[in-house]
Amino acid sequence: MLALLSRDLKLAIRAGGGFGLGLAFFLIVVTLVPFGVGPEGGILARIAPGILWLGSLLACLLSLDRIFALDFEDGSLDLLATAPVPLEGVVTMKALAHWITTGLPLVVAAPVFGVLLHLEGAAYQWLVISLLLGTPALSVLGTFGAALTVGLKRGGLLLSLLVLPLYVPTLIFGAELIRRGAEGMATQVPLLMLGGITTAVIAVVPFASAAAIRVNLR
Amino acid sequence: MTMLSVDNLAVTRGGLAVLEGLSFGLDAGHALVLRGPNGIGKTTLLRTLAGLQPALHGSISMPPESMAYAGHSDGLKSTLTVTENLDFWASVYGTDSIEGALDRMNLRGLTERPAMSLSAGQKRRLGLARLLVTGRPVWVLDEPTVSLDAASVALFADAVRAHLAQGGAALMATHIDLGIPEAAILDLAPFKAKPPEQGGISGAFDEAFI
Repeated sequence: MLALLSRDLKLAIRAGGGFGLGLAFFLIVVTLVPFGVGPEGGILARIAPGILWLGSLLACLLSLDRIFALDFEDGSLDLLATAPVPLEGVVTMKALAHWITTGLPLVVAAPVFGVLLHLEGAAYQWLVISLLLGTPALSVLGTFGAALTVGLKRGGLLLSLLVLPLYVPTLIFGAELIRRGAEGMATQVPLLMLGGITTAVIAVVPFASAAAIRVNLR
Repeated sequence: MTMLSVDNLAVTRGGLAVLEGLSFGLDAGHALVLRGPNGIGKTTLLRTLAGLQPALHGSISMPPESMAYAGHSDGLKSTLTVTENLDFWASVYGTDSIEGALDRMNLRGLTERPAMSLSAGQKRRLGLARLLVTGRPVWVLDEPTVSLDAASVALFADAVRAHLAQGGAALMATHIDLGIPEAAILDLAPFKAKPPEQGGISGAFDEAFI
């Protein structure tokens, strides 16, 4: 299992692996918003939590289709399915590798991007906490969409349509957590909801993803 | 000792039965070559035996954790080196050494090359070396010698013989001569599934949705 994780991380870092792609996309989204909205600090600061979360969702989405598609194309998904590792474990490790290469860099870089959007000073710690709690759910839910579309040619658009609705609860509570933090209100409820959603997703979704892969490999 | 036995098996592709009434056994130390025209269901049969798809009918019995499957594609990661590719599969299967496999498949001089810079035949040799590091007794191989030159086919035949000598077994589907004349041959043509209107088994078109 750990061998799979280290293989996937190695592949992400090597040529064509797409490491940093999500981060660069996030930077561009966050930079474009002030151009579209205008430079008024008041408006930007108010929409900053939502923009930062939306940017994270899209950045995460960008690299989802390669989670299983590359392994399917070169035949290693067949071999992994017949190997003595449970497919649920394979899915979990792939989600973890995706999070490390996409979600974690976003968590680290988000405070810098917050500056571009005039985010309130008190909100920075909540920004990091909400992304840290929420982005694992994005990766794990993403494996489900990727598993459903694995045999399809150019299934990327379908994947987005399948996965984005599943991201709604995480988006709502993630952005709410930052907004409440910025205004100095109690943050316990969105914090617990966000954490609850992520743990539930990690506990349940790998089984669904593994089942979807089994059907698609037939 | 019987490593694999198949009884009255029927397999489907795309919801249609392709083979039916198939029974055979494979003993330790023996190799069996599957032959038959294109589309007869050789690959489908091998994928069913490997557990990648359910059988329509009949039973497959083999000791647990005994099979290593190799399909049409080698499952290599093009940006990883030969050593990294093999190391990965060795740790997935919990075996320790890849040295024997490197020597046996004549990959010693290529260890640090990324898989993308290998020729088609070298990739195939690396794919076959993966079988050696699995340490599994039953090999299920789909067209193992495609794109291999004569010398590499001989290497492959030697590897299979050594595997059989150690008590392993091999089931191979191919059109090409494998250089293993002692292997038994099973022609699949007589087991071609009859259409349902002639008394054959009907496959379930909606199997993916069950």
